[in-house]
Amino acid sequence: MNHYETVFILNPVLSDVQVKETVQKFEDYLVSKGAKMIHKEDWGLKKLAYPIQKKKSGFYHLFEFNLEGVNLAAFELEFRRDDSVMRYLTVRLDKHAAAWAEKRKERVKSTKN
Amino acid sequence: MASIDQQAKGGKQGDVRYLTPLDIDTKKEAKYCRFKKKGIKYIDYKDADFLMYLVNEQGKILPRRLTGTSLKYQRKVSIAIKRARHLALMPYVGDLLK
Repeated sequence: MNHYETVFILNPVLSDVQVKETVQKFEDYLVSKGAKMIHKEDWGLKKLAYPIQKKKSGFYHLFEFNLEGVNLAAFELEFRRDDSVMRYLTVRLDKHAAAWAEKRKERVKSTKN
Repeated sequence: MASIDQQAKGGKQGDVRYLTPLDIDTKKEAKYCRFKKKGIKYIDYKDADFLMYLVNEQGKILPRRLTGTSLKYQRKVSIAIKRARHLALMPYVGDLLK
């Protein structure tokens, strides 16, 4: 099992319900592949630094999970198949990155409360 | 600081010049790598506000000779900036970013 982190950008024309459904769909897919979800983050609608597909904003979402490396290509294929995903990036977290992610989660929690 | 012309002459008229070293003001404090100094091990591509310090106003990555970053961390910086660009957290090209 490797430790991964994925950020993806969803099309801003989707409604809130559609966004939730899409995110849920990807999460279900991951779990069906035997992934263990560690963390989810919703950054909301953010302005893009440059237009993508003529859109100037997008819904950012972050997943952190453990997954067998062989299943990763299939997961990324799902992103490519789905038109509502404008960009995605998956990164494997090494030990420093994992430590940073841990700190970040605590910070996000403390700012929410 | 004496003007360069004066120093060049060195008080003597002649063909041999610059026998005395030019006293050009240089920075006294040495450059240092901010990541090594602060013990930062991982440079997060999601933190675009921080990465903005490491690019110029056109969005180009600043060289090591300006930021003082060590080679090990400059590689990580460049990877982080490129990831941030891919996710539209930072621009590929920009104008007057600062």
